[in-house]
Amino acid sequence: MTDKQRITIKGVKDGLIFLFDDQCELSELMEELQFKLEKSHQQLLSGPLVHVHVRLGARSLEEEDKERIRSLIRQKGNLLVQSIESEAAAEEGDEAGKQAFKLMTGMIRSGQTVEHDGSLLLLGDVNPGGTVRCTGDIYVLGALRGMAHAGCEGREEAIIAASLLRPTQLRIADVISRPPEEWMSGDASMEYAYLEDGRMQIDKMNQLARMRKETMLFKGV
Amino acid sequence: MGEAIVITSGKGGVGKTTTSANLGTALALLGKKVAMVDTDIGLRNLDVVMGLENRIIYDLVDVAEGRCRLQQALVKDKRFEELYMLPAAQTKDKSDVTPEQVKDIVLELKREYDYVIIDCPAGIEQGFRNAVAGADRAIVVTTPENAAVRDADRVIGLLEGSKVPAKLVVNRIRPAMVKSGEMLDIDEICQVLAVDLLGIVPDDERVIKAANSGEPTVMDPSSRAAIAYRNIARRILGDMVPLMQLEERPGRLRRLVKFLGMG
Repeated sequence: MTDKQRITIKGVKDGLIFLFDDQCELSELMEELQFKLEKSHQQLLSGPLVHVHVRLGARSLEEEDKERIRSLIRQKGNLLVQSIESEAAAEEGDEAGKQAFKLMTGMIRSGQTVEHDGSLLLLGDVNPGGTVRCTGDIYVLGALRGMAHAGCEGREEAIIAASLLRPTQLRIADVISRPPEEWMSGDASMEYAYLEDGRMQIDKMNQLARMRKETMLFKGV
Repeated sequence: MGEAIVITSGKGGVGKTTTSANLGTALALLGKKVAMVDTDIGLRNLDVVMGLENRIIYDLVDVAEGRCRLQQALVKDKRFEELYMLPAAQTKDKSDVTPEQVKDIVLELKREYDYVIIDCPAGIEQGFRNAVAGADRAIVVTTPENAAVRDADRVIGLLEGSKVPAKLVVNRIRPAMVKSGEMLDIDEICQVLAVDLLGIVPDDERVIKAANSGEPTVMDPSSRAAIAYRNIARRILGDMVPLMQLEERPGRLRRLVKFLGMG
């Protein structure tokens, strides 16, 4: 056994956390795990039933390897493996709940599709035949001439805003709308589309604050 | 080492082959060594427009499959010493050659010629992939119609994906229709496509006549389309040539009438 610890065991409220080093070889980890379970930590690990959470760090493992870890820990009758997780997977889970905001620079041309879980700010144009689809809001700093679908998983509060709103089609949640002639105001002001009583409406950007009613903190004055 | 330029559009019938024939001829007219490659296998046209149909012995597929040497398949133009054309096969299919084979042929041509003009088939399938494989840059041809602009946009997207820089040629413009608002104007097209404009070509009946007689329009300097193609060829060589004025200049009398406020 080398002097460096590759597995740290921590006690928490509902059991034990095994923190695995994510830089070393898997075989070294398995060796140390076995050593810890059978030799050094024997007293600590015997007694009443304890739940164990294994944290792999940045390492991601195949199901087969996870099973090897599980069976090794299970050999100690009182240890029950509750979870084996890597950081990457945990992060992904968080993001979905957090409404990730994404900034993108580029042009979406005919036949190209951009999809994003969360809201999207696009610096560039969406051309006819191009598609943007988001679970949150869509903001286009440029011309929106293609198709945009905001709140595509059913969020009806989602909006679609563009410097130049000339879409072939707009969708918010389940509502699909084709721009009627009167949308083409010809004004050079930024506009946004939103849902009101299940119908698509268009308004100037400065009206958005009334709809959202978010409090803004101003400095000074 | 020469440069390979693919002429493409996505949509059919916007003038890829006409543009290829005229730009190839215009470059030869400017003293360059030019090879034109027709990659529209199964629907070859470039030979017809160039008036070289009856001189074809071998074709692109023969070269790709090693039935002949590249030199044997090249057809020499009847007007210029240093203008050659590699015809497409008429009996085969687009899938009978691979992008790698076309790339090798283009590479071999680039060693010998200053410019290799590749005439691309319509569509974005195998034929398009073949044509684009060996190209250093692309000229996207469109006409002032929504459908053509839409397809050009799609093609530009694909070219960006394969890292081939593209420039735009707007073909078959009718100044009178643009002026009256019935036809998309050039600014609108450039705004949507967001690529550099290489040139504009006015609609000219003589182009059709020339194509039918197998004599590229560019040879006839009295045609406005011919001047437009010559300008584009000069821009390809890196010259700064101002865009063609599409509107006919009003005559002296008309200007006087206008000046007097009677027009």
